[in-house]
Amino acid sequence: MTLPDIFFYIFASVMTAAAFMVISSKNPVHSVLFLILAFVNAAGLFILMGAEFLAMILVVVYVGAVAVLFMFVTMMLDVDFAELRDGFLQYLPVGVLIGLIMLTELVLVVGAWATSGKLPKTMPKAPIPTDVTNAQALGRVLYTEHVLLFQAAGLVLLTAMVGAIVLTMRERRAGVKRQNIADQVARGPATAIDVVKVPTGQGISG
Amino acid sequence: MTSGFWDTALNVALILAQSLALLSALLVFIAYILLADRKVWAAVQLRRGPNVVGPWGLLQSFADLLKFVLKEPVVPDSANKGVFLLAPLVTCFLALAAWAVIPVADGWAIADINVGILYVFAISSLGVYGVIMGGWASNSKYPFLGALRSAAQMVSYEVSIGFVIITVLLVVGSLNLSDIVKAQDTVLGAFGWYWLWLFPMFVVFFISALAETNRPPFDLPEAESELVAGFMTEYASTPYLLFMLGEYVAIMTMCALTTILFLGGWLSPIPFPPFTWIPGVFWFVGKMTLVFFMFAMVKAFVPRYRYDQLMRLGWKVFLPISLAMVVIVAAVLQITGWAGQGVG
Repeated sequence: MTLPDIFFYIFASVMTAAAFMVISSKNPVHSVLFLILAFVNAAGLFILMGAEFLAMILVVVYVGAVAVLFMFVTMMLDVDFAELRDGFLQYLPVGVLIGLIMLTELVLVVGAWATSGKLPKTMPKAPIPTDVTNAQALGRVLYTEHVLLFQAAGLVLLTAMVGAIVLTMRERRAGVKRQNIADQVARGPATAIDVVKVPTGQGISG
Repeated sequence: MTSGFWDTALNVALILAQSLALLSALLVFIAYILLADRKVWAAVQLRRGPNVVGPWGLLQSFADLLKFVLKEPVVPDSANKGVFLLAPLVTCFLALAAWAVIPVADGWAIADINVGILYVFAISSLGVYGVIMGGWASNSKYPFLGALRSAAQMVSYEVSIGFVIITVLLVVGSLNLSDIVKAQDTVLGAFGWYWLWLFPMFVVFFISALAETNRPPFDLPEAESELVAGFMTEYASTPYLLFMLGEYVAIMTMCALTTILFLGGWLSPIPFPPFTWIPGVFWFVGKMTLVFFMFAMVKAFVPRYRYDQLMRLGWKVFLPISLAMVVIVAAVLQITGWAGQGVG
């Protein structure tokens, strides 16, 4: 057993255990923390496969941004655990049914693959370019061969962003005072200060 | 097989020794950076600052360390104990982990990996977890508010930091930190570094770094006038020390990153002998200290931002500027044909 093998087993077992804990832990915040652990270990597996760019993007996007928002929401949820446990029995039949369907499908797929002689037993390994780094290799295909798909993904994200903004935008109520930064910056001694000579005993009127 | 095993063991031992050396150097450096921070702050306010422990207060940080370690760690009764104690550890370990790839001189990085800049970016974006976990696990109002603020703040400013990094990467053509420094090695010396050529990005990066590390004037997660001490309210003794240490290590990481991206890393500002004979590590530490001095000065004389102003600055000012700069820099590189001539 070489060092990468040992690391593979460490990452894989921790990841599986963390994934199990995501669904089994009672506290939703703990679930999110275990989810993060699973993500980080997945990034470790990517590095072992030589896909270091993908690993870093996984950490930046999923752990650094998406999971933060998950955590943000779960922390603010007011979860009633007693109510959750009452609902458990009610939804159990549906859950078991879905689980059974998925299990049957998996058995069918794997069974067909195992018994059929035509299908390949091992998947061909993706070639890892040796002359360029990961990021360059990805860039070469992403912006040339797959540029249309790349742009389409961008458009989908843009639509989602516009949708989110439209949903959260509220009508501006009249009469609410708002800060206008440009106005404040434009204020100077000429517009903000009024120098008055006050006559003794009279004060200023107005 | 046996020789292979011993080679591996030797490599691991070497990496461990390097890490230990870097760690101890970094921690001692941070002890003095902390003192310098307080001294600069005091000097701006016409005070003396710490001056009792050791000559000129030079041993103050070590006295503070002893004080923190010897105090009793208090865990609130209603806190979520596991997460509560995990949070400062996460902050501290993540902050230190980023230093594995930082080249303090030519070839002086523990791991000179190809995606170095992404690694530092990823690790620093994880720093938010320590804060959120600490704030949530304390099970108390002010820490929770602090944690919420910090989550929004750090995620917002990461976006502009990401775009700044992309601009530099476009010019360099590599994600390797050493390559980024080498790309700035020109006959122009200090004027060939990117602080001049990408000046708007340098400013955006510096301010975003302040916000990303929760430094004043963006220290809203722990704004004492509103939130007692924010997410750190319930912490005492060693866990608190770990939080503070993690914060300062993250600040040093940001200083190092500024040095690498914009100030030419270990390069000499005047690219001729005798200046080039000085070892690179001196230049690197010198530049880092200079950046930290700017951090400390900002802390001393800029009042704290209001929360909505902070968000406005991040999303409505920095994001458009950095996005526009990415487009402009890419266009200039493409038109002039300088693209892809980097060392990558």
